[in-house]
Amino acid sequence: MEIKATTRVYSAATVPQIAPTKRFQWEEAQNCWVILYPEGMIKLNSSSAEIMKRIDGRRSVAEIIADLKQAYPGAELDNDVYAFMEVAHEQQWIRPKPGQ
Amino acid sequence: MSNSGYVPNLVNKPLWLLAELTYACPLQCPYCSNPIEFAKIKNELSTEDWKRVLREARKMGAAQLGLSGGEPLVRQDLEEIIAEARQLGFYTNLITSGVGMDEKRIKAFRDAGLDHIQVSFQASSEELNNYIAGTDAFRHKIEMAKLVKKYEYPMVLCFVLHRQNIDQIGDVLELAIKLDADYVELATTQYYGWAYHNREQLLPTREQLARAEPIAHQYQEKMKGKMRIFYVVPDYYEVRPKACMNGWGAVFLTIAPDGTALPCHAARQLPGLEFPNVRNHSIEWIWSQSPDFNKFRGFEWMKEPCRSCPEKTRDFGGCRCQAYMLTGDAANADPVCDKSYHHHLITEVIDRVGRIAAKKEDAPKPIVFRNPRTSKALADARPAVKPAVPA
Repeated sequence: MEIKATTRVYSAATVPQIAPTKRFQWEEAQNCWVILYPEGMIKLNSSSAEIMKRIDGRRSVAEIIADLKQAYPGAELDNDVYAFMEVAHEQQWIRPKPGQ
Repeated sequence: MSNSGYVPNLVNKPLWLLAELTYACPLQCPYCSNPIEFAKIKNELSTEDWKRVLREARKMGAAQLGLSGGEPLVRQDLEEIIAEARQLGFYTNLITSGVGMDEKRIKAFRDAGLDHIQVSFQASSEELNNYIAGTDAFRHKIEMAKLVKKYEYPMVLCFVLHRQNIDQIGDVLELAIKLDADYVELATTQYYGWAYHNREQLLPTREQLARAEPIAHQYQEKMKGKMRIFYVVPDYYEVRPKACMNGWGAVFLTIAPDGTALPCHAARQLPGLEFPNVRNHSIEWIWSQSPDFNKFRGFEWMKEPCRSCPEKTRDFGGCRCQAYMLTGDAANADPVCDKSYHHHLITEVIDRVGRIAAKKEDAPKPIVFRNPRTSKALADARPAVKPAVPA
């Protein structure tokens, strides 16, 4: 996915949080992580779920990337994480924590 | 769906649990989806019954919980039910008129873990809203909508559209913008229960739809990324049926106030159902084993033209209740489909509604508001729904 720099909301220092109107949780029956919202559910693939798990309203995007690199040594994932942030933002799953 | 193609007896697990906590309601909307005879259905489930229903459904994989009614706020144990649901991991949706709510209760719901409140409006103006609701509720609803926002719930505003209010669709959307809604459901009236009884007064005309649709689309475009607007054309004006409930017993489970388990909230009217009750059976048995939930699963029950139709895997023949109400046989094709042998029953209603709206013909009966008195009177006078064609 190509994200134009001008449309970027998330930089290395941005601290994302899960939108208060969404819920991210493991669904045993679906055998995957999901995002729940009014009357709907999105099933996440495992790489999206790994990023979402680290979005806690405390860690910055840079810290999330560093943490992922520790969990998956050798992975080149910077661009994927930034791309995910923008998509997740557009879908209103996450937002930059207010007051940054 | 499995990759190996369709498996006839594959039973999915319920994903959606609709808990109709009570049929009691301070409003009198003439399009209510509750059964006509609601006033005769007593014996509401207890708090403990509901908690068991929640536990069993959640264990099977249900993730979305709709708390509905009637007006669910009438139940004084609502906070307790919400807390149990949240603790089990449900995404909890409260579907309410807002009547019976105040700030204290909204906060208590938040503390109990409620995820979402959907407030319904009957119209964008106080006068029309209160007329349709049969009660003086508009200002209170506005206050409640503001509080929903204040407590950071996702705000879904639901406007049920019909002939009496669809011409105000622009005002309705302006009100939603003013209230800063996250989602707006321009819900078309579904012609079941009370709405079916009042169909001649409620079904919009072809001209009304032609005016309303571009306005809805214009706002969808304008509000992109800020507010999601759902607009659906009444299925009477379609030529293919809706995939009702995503198929019978596929994802959706309704539990009525008295514990009756139904594949959809309108199914109570269908003849030949046994109505398993959660007081006597587990959710697992009801969903997987009961004759009712298996009755219209798969394709074996279908008649022509559905049986040989290539589109049957997409719409499952439409709605069983609509097929029954209009043709007298729930196994017929939904007459909304223009391949149905009974499609003329739909077009005739549309034509009649056009004549009534143009005052060229009188409505056959006055609009009936939903309340316990009219419920008992209608239930005593005749069967809940009289099929248009004898079975």
